[in-house]
Amino acid sequence: MTGELSFKAGLKDVLPTVFGYIGVGLAFGIVARTNHIGVWLVLLMSLVVYGGSVQFVLATMLATASPIGAMLVSAVLIHARMSLMSMTVAPYLRREPTWQNVLIGTLLTDETFALSMNKLNLTHRTLRPAWFHAANLTAYLVWAAATVVGALLGGLVPDAQALGLDFAAVAMFIGLLYLQMITDRSKPLVRHLEVVLFVAVAMVVAERVVPGTTAILIATVAGCLFGMWRENHGN
Amino acid sequence: MATSYVVSTILVCGGAMWLLKVVPFLLVKAVALPKWLLQFLSFVPVAILTAIFVESLLVAHPGQWPSVNWENAVASLPAVVTAILTKSLLAVVVVGVLAMAGLRAIGF
Repeated sequence: MTGELSFKAGLKDVLPTVFGYIGVGLAFGIVARTNHIGVWLVLLMSLVVYGGSVQFVLATMLATASPIGAMLVSAVLIHARMSLMSMTVAPYLRREPTWQNVLIGTLLTDETFALSMNKLNLTHRTLRPAWFHAANLTAYLVWAAATVVGALLGGLVPDAQALGLDFAAVAMFIGLLYLQMITDRSKPLVRHLEVVLFVAVAMVVAERVVPGTTAILIATVAGCLFGMWRENHGN
Repeated sequence: MATSYVVSTILVCGGAMWLLKVVPFLLVKAVALPKWLLQFLSFVPVAILTAIFVESLLVAHPGQWPSVNWENAVASLPAVVTAILTKSLLAVVVVGVLAMAGLRAIGF
């Protein structure tokens, strides 16, 4: 990753995340097919819902004929963390036209958010729509394609797991986290480490009482408050 | 499964999820965020990435302590080492996937 903010640079920067989308997307397509959701509906869901964890939950809940209200609540709880990410990235795009902001917000993902945060550290804290669109669009199209391929192939690829592709997403978050910690010099490394440790413990505690995706939201908010407290009340 | 049921679900959930992502952008454009909120948000990247990573290391058992997902935990080690050594996202992903494939090949 360099400090360049062109469309082309965006295409290059998003490349490593593509493996994660392919691995998880294939897995989702296979799960959807197992739950008797047609290929066209898989495509529609990937294009409209566009959220990995939510789509897995919906596929399961649809198969058990859950009420739409219950699915809506689950989707909102899982996806609420996106509001935190949108609000974190939005100040850097405030001067851009509203439609650019809406477009970037519409296709924002965990991965492109994290990439943009890494990018900020190399660009004197600036972002540009062209770079963001390249990353977002690539992620969007690759995700949709991977889920459709997964749904088409279905049981034909029982070995997708053996290839370890499903781990690509986890590995990518490891890389993004490490790069964020060492390149975000707005805080000392030790502060980042404190927040990491706090959030990790908060996750273990939160998972006792709430599902993992809700735990992510709770632990993140707690971690941010902890970081603020450490920053404001000395060493 | 009725197509209209699936399509309705997709539209309702998709709409709500779109609002969750887009409204903050419009809000930030309309009003300047207070200083304390900006300070809070400055911790979001590291906090949220940690939370997402740790979630993949745990297996939830409602009402009890979560246990460790050993497969993911062990495959994470070479990925972390690769991150420290190369600082390359692509290298981390490739090594992570190969490590997981290796673990499964030996029947871990």
